[in-house]
Amino acid sequence: MVNPNIQGKRYPRSAAYLVGREKIREFARATFASEESIDLAAAKASGHSDLVAPPTFPIVLQEFGLKLVIADPEAGLDFSRVVHGEQKFVFQRPIVAGDLLTSELSVASVKSLGGNHMVVFDTEIFDESNSLVCTAISTLVVRGEDA
Amino acid sequence: MPEISELTIGDVIAEKNFNLDRDSLVRYAGASGDFNPIHYRDDVAVSVGLPGVLAHGMLTMGLSIDPVVSWLGDAGKILEYGVRFTKPVVVPAKGRAVITVVAKVAELDPETKKVRIDLQTSFDGNNVLGKSQVWVQL
Repeated sequence: MVNPNIQGKRYPRSAAYLVGREKIREFARATFASEESIDLAAAKASGHSDLVAPPTFPIVLQEFGLKLVIADPEAGLDFSRVVHGEQKFVFQRPIVAGDLLTSELSVASVKSLGGNHMVVFDTEIFDESNSLVCTAISTLVVRGEDA
Repeated sequence: MPEISELTIGDVIAEKNFNLDRDSLVRYAGASGDFNPIHYRDDVAVSVGLPGVLAHGMLTMGLSIDPVVSWLGDAGKILEYGVRFTKPVVVPAKGRAVITVVAKVAELDPETKKVRIDLQTSFDGNNVLGKSQVWVQL
């Protein structure tokens, strides 16, 4: 299942991630975004320095933190029993191509619910000047042994 | 850019269908880095008790906001986006799964020009996302 004592645990800051313009395009097309949303001239006309990442793009950074949890023996998280319950992204500002981001995941809560565990992870994403850009909040349901 | 004064709660601002096939899932796996085989291998999906190969929940979440981004004309106006994953989307080996997204105005704050858009994302007659809410800055 998962060790309830990891509630409050913070995992180390990720390596820097450079947001690429073509990575944004690749992710946008994979999520059926319109070509207008990945048009550089249109992004600049809206006042952005480069292409704006799709709203669910921070999931890529959240994954770096989750990998640390999966690899953490103290957490005891059996990923084969995990179901994605909820996901939220809260933006302080949009992510744009050229951003050099780092992320830091913490365990907001671990709750038991009818034989399952609900674990909420907060991933804070910072830019080069260490300002908060976005928080990704993920709720994972870890199914119990007999669930 | 839409004007807040022209909006009323309940307005449908966008409605769109998306066709998902296995290629879509492989493309999303590559773009996102989520290579869980339940999203492309029937044998693995069945062995863990699933009804078949499933679309990534994050793919469903990602495409569901596309009509809102198109309506805004700028993804930079999205302040917050959250969903609950309620039902899986099974994608057949041949053919496609059709997902329908309807986006409606749910809350208006004329002071701050913030608007809440609620999304209804359905597949096969069922809602596959719950509490699917987007806050946008007009």
